[in-house]
Amino acid sequence: MPKPLNTALIQISGKTSGARIELDQVTKNYPNQSVSAVENFSMVAEPGELIMFVGPSGCGKTTTMKMINRIIEPSSGSISIDGRDVLSLDPHELRRHIGYVIQQIGLFPHMTIADNIAVVPKLLGWSKAKTNDRIYELLTTVGLEPEDFADRYPKQLSGGQQQRVGVARALAADPPVMLMDEPFGATDPITREKLQTEFLRLQESMGKTIIFVTHDFDEAVRLGDRIAVLSNRSQIEQFDTPAKILTSPANDYVASFIGLGAAIKRLVLIPVTEAKLGPASAAENGPLTVRIDDSLRDALDSLVLSGAPALKVVNLQNQPVGSITVDSISAVLGAEVPTLREPTAVPGS
Amino acid sequence: MTTATRLAARPPASADDTVLPVPQSRLKRLFTWQRFVTPVVVAIVLLVLFLFISNRTLDSIEARTLNADYIIARVREHLALTIVASALVAVLAIPTGIILSRTKSKMARGIVLGIANIGQATPAIGVIILLAIIWQTGYTTALVGLVAYSFLPVLRNTMIGLQQIDVNVRESAVGMGMTPNQVLRRIELPLAVPVILAGLRTSLVFSVGVATVATFINAGGLGDMIVNGLKLQRYPVLLTGAVLVACIALLIDWVAATAEDLLRPNGT
Repeated sequence: MPKPLNTALIQISGKTSGARIELDQVTKNYPNQSVSAVENFSMVAEPGELIMFVGPSGCGKTTTMKMINRIIEPSSGSISIDGRDVLSLDPHELRRHIGYVIQQIGLFPHMTIADNIAVVPKLLGWSKAKTNDRIYELLTTVGLEPEDFADRYPKQLSGGQQQRVGVARALAADPPVMLMDEPFGATDPITREKLQTEFLRLQESMGKTIIFVTHDFDEAVRLGDRIAVLSNRSQIEQFDTPAKILTSPANDYVASFIGLGAAIKRLVLIPVTEAKLGPASAAENGPLTVRIDDSLRDALDSLVLSGAPALKVVNLQNQPVGSITVDSISAVLGAEVPTLREPTAVPGS
Repeated sequence: MTTATRLAARPPASADDTVLPVPQSRLKRLFTWQRFVTPVVVAIVLLVLFLFISNRTLDSIEARTLNADYIIARVREHLALTIVASALVAVLAIPTGIILSRTKSKMARGIVLGIANIGQATPAIGVIILLAIIWQTGYTTALVGLVAYSFLPVLRNTMIGLQQIDVNVRESAVGMGMTPNQVLRRIELPLAVPVILAGLRTSLVFSVGVATVATFINAGGLGDMIVNGLKLQRYPVLLTGAVLVACIALLIDWVAATAEDLLRPNGT
């Protein structure tokens, strides 16, 4: 492959947050298989967007993702990052500018945590001092004490800690694009939720363009800016915000994927402030209260748990500002409301 | 330059944050009491042999072989054969193993493995004597025979060592932008070292034993003592030769095992 392409790469690598990813009519055929693994897949991910690919196993979601960094070469179609044709770039150079996290993490067992994180900076020829600063910064970012962890080996870390290192390693050279293949799938539920929360907070400050593959619809709702629900051959059944998919699934396939409890899943996305709060005096003084920055899902959870007809809503200073009931939560679901995803919807915090 | 920010506080500890025990350091791994068993046993055996021989009155035939000069020369020949053959095997079989594990051609793999198999399955004495008949006698022929005989363990272990590497480790290396060469040098070979060394150890121990047949084609070694002792019915000579070969095999195995522990990558 010709290599007059380094200028293009510098323009991708110069960016550290959000690039636009465009897939156009991308198809992957395997020899000896009559059906395509991925067929005519077209999609645009805007800069800074966290796009979730959701679908059953074998639907081609991972294959689609892996064609973006050319771990799998597409049979036809085009893929571009910030307008540059990915297929014309040197694949190794390209991958150094795309963060890559897989479910099984794949840390290098013979290298310390610091050396694992330093792999891409080393490939890019960073100085030792710059690399070390970056390792320190990243370990702190993912919540691992650098002094404690930098010189350990992967085997000396728990699964959750390893996956944090996996994320830190992918972020090492501050790539504009991240590809994540069920990164939290192999962790226990408590760790997974913690990792998801941290990851969302991280993404808020980084604004990377992220393609995130999962088969867990709840994870998709929780994390995604937009969700692509995929069926066989990576066909897009619906591509929209979590709220829109939950309120109006495009077809039976999507509806079946959402499964039971679409209303409750939607509540995760809606802040308490969207509900019409009653007077604070309507609620008894109990140990359970609802915070103003909770979601309606949390509020409902507390209501069910306490069995009280109403619960106090408190502000961030723990002062009561109103009360909430099951009725007021239902009323929100009945109306068309903005959701947590939209910036205007977070008043009072 | 960097856009990542620090989290305000460390997340609360959960069961997942348990601190795992630090594995043994390299030095601790090296200096266990088991480590010293082999050298001590070998030393005792050699001492007993020495006392036994030196308390005997030797006849003229025995005296010709049971003296320091003769024994040192035979040991030197034996070691030269063994070590050079093993070094050649390492230089030839490891790259062949790497190439074979990279090739997609099942036929190439089958052919090379087949030849290596024949080399090992054929009795070494047959190979060496056949080679001597169609080619020449002496050191080089013995060397070729030995290499053919001990090629397979290193070849096979190199291939297995590379195959057994976690596919996820390889995929993440590729996904991070390493070229195939970088994946091989930085990830695959270091992780395959223990398995490759185990193959080399097997082949070294093979060579020590098989090098005794070099005597039949006039290539020296401790086989001389064993065969002469047998032919001339001088059992002290036979015994000395046999015990020395066994001790060399044990010591070489011991050195190789120590090297394995020393070179095993950290963290594994």
